[in-house]
Amino acid sequence: MEPILEVCGLSKTYPGFSLKDISFSLPEGCITGLIGRNGAGKTTVLRAILGLMPADSGTVHFFNTESPETGARPGRAVRERLGIVLDGGGFYGDFSLEEMKNLTAAAYPSWDEDEYRRYLDRFSLRSRQKIRTLSKGMQMQYALALALSHHAEFLILDEPTSGLDPLIRAGILELLKEFMENGGRGVLFSTHITSDLDKIADLLILMDGGRLVFQEEKDLLLDRFRVVKGDPRDLNPAVEPLLGGITQTAFGFTAVTKQPDRLRALLPDCLLERPSIEDIMLHYLKGGK
Amino acid sequence: MKILISNTSDAPLYQQIKEQLTDAILKGELAEGDLLPSIRAFANDLRVSVLTIRRVYDDLEKEGFVKSQVGIGTFVSTGNTEFLRESRRRLVEQKLADAIRAAKSLGISWQELQDMMKILFEEE
Repeated sequence: MEPILEVCGLSKTYPGFSLKDISFSLPEGCITGLIGRNGAGKTTVLRAILGLMPADSGTVHFFNTESPETGARPGRAVRERLGIVLDGGGFYGDFSLEEMKNLTAAAYPSWDEDEYRRYLDRFSLRSRQKIRTLSKGMQMQYALALALSHHAEFLILDEPTSGLDPLIRAGILELLKEFMENGGRGVLFSTHITSDLDKIADLLILMDGGRLVFQEEKDLLLDRFRVVKGDPRDLNPAVEPLLGGITQTAFGFTAVTKQPDRLRALLPDCLLERPSIEDIMLHYLKGGK
Repeated sequence: MKILISNTSDAPLYQQIKEQLTDAILKGELAEGDLLPSIRAFANDLRVSVLTIRRVYDDLEKEGFVKSQVGIGTFVSTGNTEFLRESRRRLVEQKLADAIRAAKSLGISWQELQDMMKILFEEE
């Protein structure tokens, strides 16, 4: 599989925060989730990749094209193949949907007006409505309609589902799945709603404190860990080193382990289950073993 | 065809899917020439990563169960029937070995096991 995005050694220092040597490579055909707690650097990475805030060092390659200079914005030809939704939208609230659309469409030679109308219909958005009167969910739907109507091949979305109700979130995930049905495409989106990633992600990138903690295939990651449930009386010094993130109630303990086989030998009666991404994320961020 | 993914099994997702597909082919639920789902559609339905399905298809192709054609998709293609029959035999042996292991762990004797098999065999 060809890489659709390659990031190498991206660094950026601000007063009070720095991105440290971020490198990853995303193959085409994959939906990648960028996760991490608030302030981990997710938005900063996305903005640095897009050249919206120049990096101090490192390179970014889209679609296997020639590498731009450090900190440069991707060239016009590359930008036209990207669909971008950043937090805050960058919309003028006093504009109607139609006016804002005209502004966007002018920037893309490949703008597809029919496609755009289909998205408006799908989301029941009205062209003459002012942007400031849209609900949060509708604003996101509108932003996606704008990002998807010029035949983009790679979507970069910052928190597309945060703060939205489950129904609208499900609709957005459905949209991303449909987008991926054509070959040669990719999606990179940041989120802290890990259940969305359980549903649709292929790859995961975890960030913390401006660093990349891991980039991994979701299924391999989920296969490596197990959630353990057992009798609190079984917790002893032989067992505890195998467990991370132990929580305990009067009725039992729950923890995460990387060594299910050894644990089963020590505690034959414990329950071992496949974890969710949230279990693993908490395990990493709470400094588990 | 049914594929069920267990959340309590120790087997990796990839292995669970591959084994069930292989079973379906060996049992004839999937016939020669049948088109398998596209990687993305299959991944969406099973809620696993496209990378996992790709690995399963690649492996099945290496083992001679399927063939993939660029731009069209992945087909069941077992080709060699002798090989298929041998594989079916192996499947039976595998399941018997599982049963014997389970019987031993419960202290069931060889005689008891034989009686059990005889009754079950005649019931089918």
